[in-house]
Amino acid sequence: MSDSDGLTRDDVIHVAKLARLALSDDEVDTFTAQLRTILDHAADVAALDLAHLEPSSRPIPIENVLRPDEPRPSLDRAEVLAAAPSVEDNRFRVPRIGGEGP
Amino acid sequence: MTTAGDADVHAFLLLLRDEALAQADAVDAAVAQGRDPGPLAGVPVALKDNLCTRGVPTTCGSKILDGWHPPYDATVVEQLRAAGAIALGKTNMDEFAMGSSTENSAFGPTRNPRDTDRVPGGSSGGSAAAVAAGFTPISLGSDTGGSIRQPAALCGVVGMKPTYGRVSRYGLVAFASSLDQIGPFATTVDDAALLFDVLAGHDPLDSTSLQAPSPSTAPNVGDGVEGVRVGLCADLIEGCAPDVAAQVYAAAEALAAAGAKIDEIRVPEFAYGLSAYYLIAPAEASSNLARYDGVRYGLRVDADDAAAMNTATRTAGFGAEVKRRIMLGTYALSAGYYDAYYAQAQRVRTMVMQAFDRAYLSVDVLLGATAPTTAFALGAKIDDPMAMYMNDVCTIPSNLSGHPAISVPFGVGTDGLPVGIQVLAPALEEALLFRVAAAVEAAAPK
Repeated sequence: MSDSDGLTRDDVIHVAKLARLALSDDEVDTFTAQLRTILDHAADVAALDLAHLEPSSRPIPIENVLRPDEPRPSLDRAEVLAAAPSVEDNRFRVPRIGGEGP
Repeated sequence: MTTAGDADVHAFLLLLRDEALAQADAVDAAVAQGRDPGPLAGVPVALKDNLCTRGVPTTCGSKILDGWHPPYDATVVEQLRAAGAIALGKTNMDEFAMGSSTENSAFGPTRNPRDTDRVPGGSSGGSAAAVAAGFTPISLGSDTGGSIRQPAALCGVVGMKPTYGRVSRYGLVAFASSLDQIGPFATTVDDAALLFDVLAGHDPLDSTSLQAPSPSTAPNVGDGVEGVRVGLCADLIEGCAPDVAAQVYAAAEALAAAGAKIDEIRVPEFAYGLSAYYLIAPAEASSNLARYDGVRYGLRVDADDAAAMNTATRTAGFGAEVKRRIMLGTYALSAGYYDAYYAQAQRVRTMVMQAFDRAYLSVDVLLGATAPTTAFALGAKIDDPMAMYMNDVCTIPSNLSGHPAISVPFGVGTDGLPVGIQVLAPALEEALLFRVAAAVEAAAPK
């Protein structure tokens, strides 16, 4: 990805593909302009010298939470499958997987 | 209780008329049998449509979940039911809680009951409007960058964000998991405190839920502010319209008259909060919204292979603002940019947290504006994402730090529309927050 000019059309096409979004040419133009404006604003953050600070991923200190390994009821399977677009043999049915690019 | 007039406001996406009447019957039966019907017995409550309600449509304001019925209730929904409250319906919102005006809803905007040409704010615009219009005395919203407090300010009601981890997020459809919190809307600070007390507390189903029990706040709301040190925070006032700033200064004078000690305080680090938030929140959202892929629930647009189906589904199902934020977040997390953007934004988060800690060495609470302007016109900012994001500049710092904050109506702007005063308190200090908010409310111009 290019860096010197900031976000480019190619960058937008690339992240859209990563995010499984299809954009029209007009949308690529519009989103590129809008995202550039937003990232220009974020340049004030990028420019700060904060190497002395640890990144915080959350506002409170947190520890991994465990519970005893005791089986208990989960969601009602029929209810879950009833909400699915396509079901076969108690499974979520999808179109064939494969033939995808990187 | 009536929702005649919701045709003009569009606060609700779904009314639960039959269910509400059945719940009301159940409350009557409990009373008749001498059982305790609960602290909110018979009180109607509206629920933002990103709260899972089992067997009842939950759309998050998005086409991608249109028609989806969750297979479980959010913990807060169960808590309200146990308290005897009556779920009145699901309210409109910006899609997946992304927005500050409720104009990003896939089902049409909500209008501000105080002036239906204006926005109610967002993303919890429907919940704010439902209370402001008198359709319900209380409602629930969610606040990630200000999405309870800002619509409360624009609609002239009370809206509060708890300390992160105080209220369970189980069943709140996730937008940004380190920032999201559920909170109350009400017409009075007393009612907001009552509702908060019902919701607060540990939930083993939410691994970010605070272990510590949450002490009751409602009984002490009227205890006053004698000796409370209030930091009048220039960084939460200076960027605001003059008529909004005027009300903040008036609220500070009122608190001084009530016995508080007012000091001016600067927290310049707040200025970086907006940029950091608009890197962190979209990054978390890009991960949280990856699940909407047409496989297990919601919309599916068919295609020859699974990847094409994912793409077609997400392209058809998501609106422009959601797409924008997903792409922004994906970019901020991508190789080559992660450190300059996302990790750096997390260091800004640390900086903001430390700035709050320093401020609270000399003051007990901070005072400022909630939103920089009164309610703007529908359509005025929708084509300018950056202008829309600026609505959150005063509310974002508390989301980054996880601290509680509240908006209290106080006066009007030059256009006659409501102004909201914001009080911020340290983590876990909701009782103090409500006391100061009540003192502001008591002095509000009638």
